[in-house]
Amino acid sequence: MKIHEYQGKEIFRKHGITTPPGIPVFSVEEALNAYRTLDTKTVVVKAQIHAGGRGKGGGVKLAHSREEVEILANEMLGMTLVTHQTGPAGKEVQRLLIESGADISQEFYAAITLDRSREMDVFMVSIEGGVEIEKVASETPEKIVKVWIDPLLGIKNYQARKLAFGLSLTDEAFKEAVSIFLNMYVCYQATDATLIEINPLILTQDGHILALDSKFNFDRNALFRQKEIAEMRDISEEDPTEIEAGNYQLNYIKLDGDVGCMVNGAGLAMATMDIIKIAGGEPANFLDVGGTASAKTVKNGFRIILSDKNVRAVLINIFGGIVRCDRVANGVVQAVKELELAVPIVVRLEGTNSKEAQQILSESGVSIIPAIGMQDAAEKVVKAALG
Amino acid sequence: MSILVNKDSKVLVQGITGSEGQFHAKQMLAYGTNILAGVTPGKGGQNTLNDRIPVFDSVEEAVGETGVDTSIIFVPPPFAAEAVIEASFSGISVVVCITEGVPIHDMIKVKQIVNQNGTRLVGPNCPGIITVDECKLGIMPGFICKKGNIGVISKSGTLTYEAIDQCVNVGLGQTTAIGIGGDPIIGTTMQDCLELFEADPETEGVVIIGEIGGQMEIVAARWANENMSKPITGFIAGQTAPPGRRMGHAGAIVSGSDDTAEAKIRILKECGINVAESVADIGTVLKTSME
Repeated sequence: MKIHEYQGKEIFRKHGITTPPGIPVFSVEEALNAYRTLDTKTVVVKAQIHAGGRGKGGGVKLAHSREEVEILANEMLGMTLVTHQTGPAGKEVQRLLIESGADISQEFYAAITLDRSREMDVFMVSIEGGVEIEKVASETPEKIVKVWIDPLLGIKNYQARKLAFGLSLTDEAFKEAVSIFLNMYVCYQATDATLIEINPLILTQDGHILALDSKFNFDRNALFRQKEIAEMRDISEEDPTEIEAGNYQLNYIKLDGDVGCMVNGAGLAMATMDIIKIAGGEPANFLDVGGTASAKTVKNGFRIILSDKNVRAVLINIFGGIVRCDRVANGVVQAVKELELAVPIVVRLEGTNSKEAQQILSESGVSIIPAIGMQDAAEKVVKAALG
Repeated sequence: MSILVNKDSKVLVQGITGSEGQFHAKQMLAYGTNILAGVTPGKGGQNTLNDRIPVFDSVEEAVGETGVDTSIIFVPPPFAAEAVIEASFSGISVVVCITEGVPIHDMIKVKQIVNQNGTRLVGPNCPGIITVDECKLGIMPGFICKKGNIGVISKSGTLTYEAIDQCVNVGLGQTTAIGIGGDPIIGTTMQDCLELFEADPETEGVVIIGEIGGQMEIVAARWANENMSKPITGFIAGQTAPPGRRMGHAGAIVSGSDDTAEAKIRILKECGINVAESVADIGTVLKTSME
């Protein structure tokens, strides 16, 4: 799960990670009030969307007066911001962060994330801040300083010092950076984050360290114990169909093709998408209906898949282990009847009671194209989609 | 022979009185798994599953009273990590954690602890292990397997069943099949399983089923290239998965250029693994590899 920059900075301040003063706003009027409250001449007006690259897309601008704040707020609220992370459709800006400007002396990068290969969290800093860190990592990897954190010990002071030394900091700024790095790890742990990224972390001209940006990813599996974080979710940033699917306990991701698919299990669902492609079609979605595949889940699955108007045929691929195929077949028949489905449905059921299932489908009176094996299923559904 | 579990494994079910625990304990017993005890804190002293299986309050007690050495966990996500830790410190040597949705921060710590204690953890979020006709320590349908000499390793559940089914259809049975799980941090890795299968005299070939995300398949393939004498057949799911989207499994997400399906397929091939490009070809490619 992701949150907005201003929410991330609220979490930062709670954990002793210093940021410039800032106020989130939803209207031009609120923006002007925020400017008055901040009481600094120069502010930064920052569009709040869940995507990076906002500066390049025109979503981060300086204002030096009340009038400029008004003009920018008017311009940005409601605008569609397109960045390299939003895709061509972009995202509508509904919130802004009005933040005091900072006098930047140097820009750094700081992040904590999971290193899957080492099975530990890794803390990375770089003197090359404010730019794409992927570029730094591939072109000048020596400019990234890393420490790996023993999960049973937590971060140690010498590690935080190593990071601060890596940024060539001295005096007060060094001490502030060490403290911020220690606090970042505490914050990472306390919030069940899987990523905290500050880009840029800056050294101000008067020698202080400030987080000018905040990016968080949180572990979905831990939201049960992170009520405050869960409440920060902004569903307007998410795909409405995917939210609806989530409400049905289905795992759905919309894609660009026209062949819908409904599968039990994530791995098999991915493999089904792949074989549709190999058979000459384009998958319209990823949909994992989970282990049960009851009549109700099948029905909800159809609703979700067919809310995508591009879908011209649907493949149901269920490997029944614990779930019996005859039950799935009954569910499919019931759903097709109740929803009066117009698109061709190809069904492949394998596993427990698959013969009985075939019989149920063929005697049902609804038009379902039965398939045997994944190759057959993929070929049939792609053919059906071509009409 | 087989790996990790066999007919002599003395099995404990953690979370045996819950609905999942009850259902699958019954299925495992029916398969012939040697279940000797269950644990549910607060329900010690009862018997369950038609009075056949004693329930204990703690793993330590179950180990002391019945000598169990292998455990399967069906407790809810908030308590799963601690269930693994309890098993590990109570001397259980093989632990399978079925639970889906264990927080990553918990798993990072658990991994460190099982490594230190020398506990073999499989999972979490996995279908478990089955040694054909001997011990089912998991939730897979046992009837799809046939005794044979192929080892199966997979990150996924139903895709494992698909692979097993195809193996059987081309006349090749299994020694042991393991679902290692698709989370970012898991106990037993693909390479760990390859090492075990290489050392198992009964296993003559191995099928590995991977997917997008992480480096596990690549690490395993490189190890196998140097160390493995038995033929490996591979499949990687997620060729059509868009980058940056979590495809069901918490670990199935393309975040860089080297954890895509394409990159993994290429490296597996470079390491001498026979890769099935389509999921429908796993059985036939395996058959060719074994000839």
